[in-house]
Amino acid sequence: MARLNMVQALNSAMDVMLERDQSVIVFGQDIGYFGGVFRCTDGLQRKYGAHRVVDAPIAEGGIVGTSIGMAVNGLRPVAEIQFADYIYPGFDQIVSELAKLRYRTAGDFFAPVTIRTPCGGGIRGGQTHSQSPEGLFTHVNGIKVIMPSNPYDAKGLLINAIEDDDPVIFFEPKRIYNGPFSGYPDAPAQAWNTHPKSEVPEGYYTLPFGRAEIVRPGADVTLLCYGTMVHVAESAATLAEVDAEIIDLRSLVPLDTDTIIESVKKTGRCVITHEATKFGGFGAELAAIVQEQCFYHLEAPVLRVAGWDTPYPHAFEWDYFPGPKRVAAALQEVLEGP
Amino acid sequence: MATNMTNKSRLHIPAPPARPGEAPNFDYLEITPPGALDRPPTDVKARDIEHLNQGMIRVLDDEGHAVGPWAPQLELADLQVAMRHMLLTRAFDTHMLRMHRQAKITFYMQCTGEEAVAVASAMALSPGDMLFPSYRTQGLHITRGRNLVDLMCQCLSNSKDMCKGRQMPIMYHWARGNIFSISGNLTTQFPQAVGWAMGAAIKGDDDIAAAWIGEGSSAEADFHHALTFASVYRAPVVLNVVNNQWAISTFQGVAGGERRSFAARGPGYGVPGIRVDGNDFLAVYAAQQWAAHRARHSHGPTLVELVTYRAAAHSTSDDPTRYRPEDEGAAWPLGDPIERLRQHLGHAGWSDADQATMQSDVEAQVTESWEAALRYGTLSSGPQLDRNEMFEDVFKDIPDALIKQRNQLLELDD
Repeated sequence: MARLNMVQALNSAMDVMLERDQSVIVFGQDIGYFGGVFRCTDGLQRKYGAHRVVDAPIAEGGIVGTSIGMAVNGLRPVAEIQFADYIYPGFDQIVSELAKLRYRTAGDFFAPVTIRTPCGGGIRGGQTHSQSPEGLFTHVNGIKVIMPSNPYDAKGLLINAIEDDDPVIFFEPKRIYNGPFSGYPDAPAQAWNTHPKSEVPEGYYTLPFGRAEIVRPGADVTLLCYGTMVHVAESAATLAEVDAEIIDLRSLVPLDTDTIIESVKKTGRCVITHEATKFGGFGAELAAIVQEQCFYHLEAPVLRVAGWDTPYPHAFEWDYFPGPKRVAAALQEVLEGP
Repeated sequence: MATNMTNKSRLHIPAPPARPGEAPNFDYLEITPPGALDRPPTDVKARDIEHLNQGMIRVLDDEGHAVGPWAPQLELADLQVAMRHMLLTRAFDTHMLRMHRQAKITFYMQCTGEEAVAVASAMALSPGDMLFPSYRTQGLHITRGRNLVDLMCQCLSNSKDMCKGRQMPIMYHWARGNIFSISGNLTTQFPQAVGWAMGAAIKGDDDIAAAWIGEGSSAEADFHHALTFASVYRAPVVLNVVNNQWAISTFQGVAGGERRSFAARGPGYGVPGIRVDGNDFLAVYAAQQWAAHRARHSHGPTLVELVTYRAAAHSTSDDPTRYRPEDEGAAWPLGDPIERLRQHLGHAGWSDADQATMQSDVEAQVTESWEAALRYGTLSSGPQLDRNEMFEDVFKDIPDALIKQRNQLLELDD
């Protein structure tokens, strides 16, 4: 076991798979010689060569389109889109092609592409370096959507993504690359090395998709979250002094509905939080599932705490971010009423 | 599945001529002697000037004399204005970089070594022409007379920020000055500029549009959209590719510059392409003037490649010593645009003392502007933007649902 941050854990996952499977290649802007703008691919080109860790032109549509072609020809491309905010030129290739290839060819063609992309705010990135567009992709059938919240999960889930025969969009919350984030921007930055989930096996292991994790058991209210918000949720439960059961979804598609339903049936209350904007977000799907499956167990309306329905601002980042105070207020509201 | 794969393959993987620790090498750069290329009439056909996309239009020779048919007719006073704008742009960059190091602003991007690109273009175009900038063309604002305080307030996200705190530093816009908004997403402005130009033609206006992108982002599909639509409709637009050799860590070969110039892409679309020494103020000015004349006289679009060198880091988040030789900039064969214009001005009696006076003038202007900007606050102190404005301008009229969210935010702090 080594103590790794998220960047190192993701790097280790790609290292393991490049070593283990000759069909794996890593592909993206600045990912080769330079090692990526967030250093996630640092050292991989030196180790595996420029023909397997390949710098790409600045063309996200081209990166996704050629990744599909390579995958159809037997490779397993791990493509990086430098920021999730820049994924949209590749949207048509993802939505119309990558997601639908297996279906439209009755399984004769498929493209096992993994698209890694940093998402989320909290780094003063403004609207073009802060977005959480997972909801745009969870709505598309045929792609799996993953967002880890810690180094151990990140490595196991990324290896699973690379080995998966279906395409995967792997969102990496950039705010927690180097340490967990309590949601209090003025608090001193934390490092991963004291967090239990920074203990990461050196070699190969996988974590299956579709399994949520109860990161904090509780009796009073179920708090559904993923990515950076897992850590914020823990702060919020402490702040609200509420016995919340915090569930890290980890995998949005496929979704572990059993864990969610079982928890809400136990607690009778549910709060959902994500960084992405609220309207039409992934939280709406979660709320609908809880309503459909747990209606007669609910003792309060299901609440969502999310980014406001505006673009991500630069100056008011922390007013926009659904921080501990806002999540705590929702926890109290489902317990005590508005 | 894949067998016999090795770390080598039949693919060509572009590699820059030098990495850190190696000697800089610009042998790949094709440089035409100053004054050697002809200046064709502006109604020329794309296929008849292929040599202008292979060679390099240059005016200033090694001694700083203006030579050849591209030498523009500029008065001494114009050249002094050009020098002033370039010095001011560089002094502004130097100051803002320092302010980032002091944590006064969250981010910055310099255009060091590329000042002629924006300054000469803005001087050659008319005030009514609409400019679609890249993030490294701050000289467009400065040359069009933008108050530095406005640019600084944007970088500070303070109470006078033109973007009301919604954008990262340097993402300026200027509606009154006809300079469009900068997006973080690359090359999106290229087809937009073509569309603006189509609009001007449809309306019967004489104004044209001009746009700038980097050579790296010419890989985006929007480049193809822009060239196609510009060609199909013969839109009155000047499309500039600023080839500064580096797109963060990838050299221009990764964008497809190894075999043909970026200007050479124009003729494939039926659009004339010209390749220009981007550090030669007079050559940039002349090329923009020529392309603008084509656009204004219904001869259609021009693709202009401006060959220059990104002398500084990509941004304050970047460290170029990780991927290119530290002394590469010093070996750049086309020199520094400010030094080259200064050499030229020297022949007209411009003295070192004149230069020094102008330098201290622009530095004083930057310092005074910064002090004025700080009076409107910073991201964390002094007068602040009203955070209620975060919910405005999503739509023309604020929807009820957003008013509700705004109230939720306010109640939270009660």
